[in-house]
Amino acid sequence: MATSAHGTGGQKYDPAKKTRPPELNVLLALILIVVVFEILNRMNGGSFLFNMRDNVDAIFNKQRIDIILLQVAITGIIAIGVTQVITLGGIDLSSGSVVGATAMITMSFAQTALVNGNPNPKAIFGDWAMDLAVIVPIAAALACGLFAGLINGLLVAYTRIPPFIATLGMMVSARGAARWWSNGQPISFPTETYASLSNGDLLGTLTFGLLSWPGQNPAVVFILLAILFQCIMVYTRYGKHTYAIGSNEAAARMSGIDVNKHKVLVYAIAGMLAAVATIMLTSKNLTAQAGMGIMYELDAIAMAVIGGVSLSGGRGSITGTVLGALIFSVIISGFTSIRLDAYYQEMVKGAIIVGAVVLDQWRQNKRSRG
Amino acid sequence: MSEFILETRGLTKHYGGVHALEDANFSLRHGEHVAVVGDNGAGKSTFVRQVTAVEQRTSGTVVFDGKEVNFDGPLDARHAGIETVFQTLALADDLDVPSNLFLGRELYKFKLGPFSILDRKAMRDRTLEALKTTAVKIPNVDNPIRNMSGGQRQCVSIARTAAFASKLVIMDEPTAALGVQETAQVENIIRGLKERGIPMILISHNLRQVFDLVDRIVVFRRGRIVANLRKEETDGNDIVSYITGVKSQLVEAD
Repeated sequence: MATSAHGTGGQKYDPAKKTRPPELNVLLALILIVVVFEILNRMNGGSFLFNMRDNVDAIFNKQRIDIILLQVAITGIIAIGVTQVITLGGIDLSSGSVVGATAMITMSFAQTALVNGNPNPKAIFGDWAMDLAVIVPIAAALACGLFAGLINGLLVAYTRIPPFIATLGMMVSARGAARWWSNGQPISFPTETYASLSNGDLLGTLTFGLLSWPGQNPAVVFILLAILFQCIMVYTRYGKHTYAIGSNEAAARMSGIDVNKHKVLVYAIAGMLAAVATIMLTSKNLTAQAGMGIMYELDAIAMAVIGGVSLSGGRGSITGTVLGALIFSVIISGFTSIRLDAYYQEMVKGAIIVGAVVLDQWRQNKRSRG
Repeated sequence: MSEFILETRGLTKHYGGVHALEDANFSLRHGEHVAVVGDNGAGKSTFVRQVTAVEQRTSGTVVFDGKEVNFDGPLDARHAGIETVFQTLALADDLDVPSNLFLGRELYKFKLGPFSILDRKAMRDRTLEALKTTAVKIPNVDNPIRNMSGGQRQCVSIARTAAFASKLVIMDEPTAALGVQETAQVENIIRGLKERGIPMILISHNLRQVFDLVDRIVVFRRGRIVANLRKEETDGNDIVSYITGVKSQLVEAD
């Protein structure tokens, strides 16, 4: 029995062999895409990844690599949370709108009193809310994200409505809240400390000056959170139960897992991660607008899906999502490097998302046949 | 200590007007293996669902381990020491074998609420141990069970039950979908339970299997217990007569 192809639809399957992790395929795809862009660039006498300038002493094109990481970092942080929600068997459509609402609220507590010696022209509150310690806007942001996430989670867990609907409601409402907060007016001019959250040199601080990566804090935070949550998903009860519920909710319930409580926790964490992304975004842009974060939820879902996270739950990893995010970003940078119009970029982006889902379906059918 | 590990008195379940189970008096001794047989719809699974509290009974009492019990649900029953293999597999396909075996009762290196660190090595070691005592052959326990055959998955499910069995094991048609070899493996696990003195209720359609494995056979027909026979005092034809209603015995279950 052990050597037969029983139960695998007649396909060759060696049960003694460890199955190849799907992340490996994503990594190969990423490398392939990079190579393709490298070749395309070389044909025009340039290079995608490598430094071609004689006056700069570097092997790689640092600027490009920085951009690739930076432009993906903020949606990437959201994608870390979205990955967990999808792995749980849910979906979170609200993260982009939660970014919008959180941005407005957070920024109102991060404003500086004086701009170039004049009172802050975009002041939302009175003097009491000016020049607050940086911990106040950070706490406000996390509270907002937690609040939105808790509502999502409670709706999904206890009303049993589909996560698609619950988070769709949050998507619409949170966007409304973002516009209502300041009647659609942007909120700008944060304190210097708040601005330094994104623009400082976190890596330098963390390594006591050993390393330095100024202005790249979103990427640093993204990578640190990705490592943290990858470990949590693999090594803790939280991760194990997330996979279990996404894989077979009835079995998880039968096994004594408090499924409802766990769902609330996962959605709450996703909300908080959206809040962290918001802090990075607003401190980078030095402003908050009600339209911030539009389509971020879809980008985040796309990153997860490209990274091999199954939309039907139970399968995927943060590592996969990080690779998916890199694919996403490399493609955008690649198109820019070969001077392809932004319009084409969007079109191709759409095709990649659909392609990734088709691949996932195909993989799934191949596995479950028989 | 009472002579019986499980006793039901007047156990009754009505679904609306349907009398699925009527006045079932059943008892199981310590270490005893009993088969529950009967036609489809005879009330076998209904009986199990009342004992394991998957459903709440209409009336009657259940005495388990010397105490009258009213379980809130299957979990409650499990905590009390009743391990059940249900007809539908309660496995998470995307998890590996150790994760499935320890689902909901993980071992930890370090307790920290939901972020408690799993002791993956201990769970893996104990899984291999459990599989060894049950003689189930799983080539690589680190693969997700999705990739395993139906028989291997059922074996995982049964190994889980056997590994954690403390006071009573209930198996609802454990070999219904299995091949010959896999069925033999499951039967070996059941014999192992017998050796360990763990009592079991086995629901089965397979009379050959029933006569092979158990001490006593209880026949259900139309929601009632119509026969309660020691294996030695009956044979296949006799049992079939009870199942089909040719014969009937007014039973006071032991």
